[in-house]
Amino acid sequence: MKKNKTGFLSIPYLIWMTAFTLIPLCVVAYYALTDPATGVFSLRNVRELSLYMPVLWRSIGYSLVSALLCLVLGYPVAYYIAHCGHTAQKFLYMLVMLPMCMSFLLRTLAWVGLLQDTGIINNILAAIGLPRLRMIRTPGAVVLGMVYNYLPYMILPLYATIVKIDGRLIEAAEDLGCNGVQVFARVVLPLSVPGILSGVTMVFVPAVSTFYISQKLGGTDTVLIGDVIERQFKQGSNPNLGAALSLLLMILVFVCTGIMNRFGGSSEEGSVMV
Amino acid sequence: MSKELIRLRDLTMEFDGERILDGINLYINDHEFLTLLGPSGCGKTTTLRIIGGFLTPTSGTVTFDGQIINDVPPYKRQINTVFQRYALFPHLDVYDNIAFGLRVAKVPKDEVDSRVREMLEIVSLKGYENRRVDSLSGGQQQRVAIARALVNRPKVLLLDEPLGALDLRLRKDMQNELKRIQQAMGITFIYVTHDQEEALSMSDTVVVMDKGRIQQIGRPEDIYNEPKNAFVADFIGESNILDGVMLEDYRVRFFGRVFECVDKGFAPNEPVDVVIRPEDIDIVPKDQGHLVGTVTGVTFKGLNYDIIVEFKGFKWLIQTTDFHGIGTTIGIRLNPEDIHIMHKSEYSGMFGDYSSYSAEYDELTEDADGEEE
Repeated sequence: MKKNKTGFLSIPYLIWMTAFTLIPLCVVAYYALTDPATGVFSLRNVRELSLYMPVLWRSIGYSLVSALLCLVLGYPVAYYIAHCGHTAQKFLYMLVMLPMCMSFLLRTLAWVGLLQDTGIINNILAAIGLPRLRMIRTPGAVVLGMVYNYLPYMILPLYATIVKIDGRLIEAAEDLGCNGVQVFARVVLPLSVPGILSGVTMVFVPAVSTFYISQKLGGTDTVLIGDVIERQFKQGSNPNLGAALSLLLMILVFVCTGIMNRFGGSSEEGSVMV
Repeated sequence: MSKELIRLRDLTMEFDGERILDGINLYINDHEFLTLLGPSGCGKTTTLRIIGGFLTPTSGTVTFDGQIINDVPPYKRQINTVFQRYALFPHLDVYDNIAFGLRVAKVPKDEVDSRVREMLEIVSLKGYENRRVDSLSGGQQQRVAIARALVNRPKVLLLDEPLGALDLRLRKDMQNELKRIQQAMGITFIYVTHDQEEALSMSDTVVVMDKGRIQQIGRPEDIYNEPKNAFVADFIGESNILDGVMLEDYRVRFFGRVFECVDKGFAPNEPVDVVIRPEDIDIVPKDQGHLVGTVTGVTFKGLNYDIIVEFKGFKWLIQTTDFHGIGTTIGIRLNPEDIHIMHKSEYSGMFGDYSSYSAEYDELTEDADGEEE
């Protein structure tokens, strides 16, 4: 009833989505399923995908590790912020957001300056007589870059979920015999699940498709699927293969999101915003 | 009756320099149904939360079974709480909500199951085991909350306005249900409410509170029949409260007339508050009355009429089953036992005058009280 009256409000969005998401998606699908030389329907690109499976698995592995690290680092922070006073909450929330105001590229480049063989950290180590470490161009550096860049995406949904947990539920748990640890394990953590799923997704999805972090902080052995896709398009080698890889990545992201939503149970709050 | 279980001694509580509780002294017996009754902000919920262990008093002690428990955290107390608006765990179903406390206490699985099922039966929720708690009605959620607390077999159950969110019919049913459960399980209930009728009908002992202090403690009948001051007289039921002078034992003067009464022990010529309950007043033809007044308002209440009668500029509330129209002149008679004398208090003159009486008054205050703390 209400929908009919307000339906027209969604028209601009529908036009936008059609023009800039739906149609490009079809174009991607078209490229993925056509032969680069002849332009006719072909599964050649799809067959070639198997060559890139190791890269894909690596991307997934790094992203999952990053998402888990973000969760481990971000949960206590989110929990702490949610239990601060009103003013402190606002301030800390802003602090978490602050890095996002600076260019993603700049932030990643800054890490290059810190980590490279003649970078700040190694110079300090050398100055105090310690051996230099090889940090840049390692898997660790790539994961570090992901965690650093995407941590706010973990903290914010976690905070939003934890802050909404009713304090009386915690009192009820204490009343029923829970000590601090048990209150957390039996009430706070289960009720944080929607935020955890949301946070993990919001870290995992951009991390799995990134190329800049791995290019700047990684080496030849840490090439990610995003790098491969970028190369297919930018270096002009094979846009059709790039399209097929993109499509595969997209399907993968959908599958992952779907699995995570399942884990979250049927609760409406569990739905993840992507 | 039975032995003392909880004692509150000189309890005070301050938040940000504001005194919420001011010298509470109270003992609670084992198996007793005790109600803390009072208006919003009187300190009744604060008192309950101190007993539950969620607040630590600024000064004074809480003793449980002879031991001071001021610093004992809630999870170590043999006390369970039914919270205002229930606080059921939304991530658990009915069964798991009720089993929560037992599982924390590592009770064997079989016993958990039998005790949860027993509770489901007691609160008439058999067959609801696997329902989500947010799919239940208010009354059902209420019963889950009671079952969740009682399944742990606490020595004391604290109930914080547990029926506040239910409609009238359900509230009446649940009152009977709670009383039945309390008697069947032999548990001490400490019940917080602002509903005087609820307090009178369920409790063994009623504690009337206002402004962070206990105004009166007693059996429901005593509280009603022998209110200690104008606040209690007005809060518990309806009362006409008049200025009087106690001439000597059994003789009081008000409205320029001397009445016989049953009270004694006042100083000669002590100014007092005189309480006359609206249902105790006998209406008689005007030539036979102690006082003669004019009806200025009539409200039909179902069981009776509430009529407002003006005597020499002061308006009384009288309850009568006979209709008396506006403008009628009536006489009233007061028997000695209908007159109750109280010492003057800080509340004198604040209550018991029906000059601004309106029928909606009761409902308005109740709504405001609903949003307590």
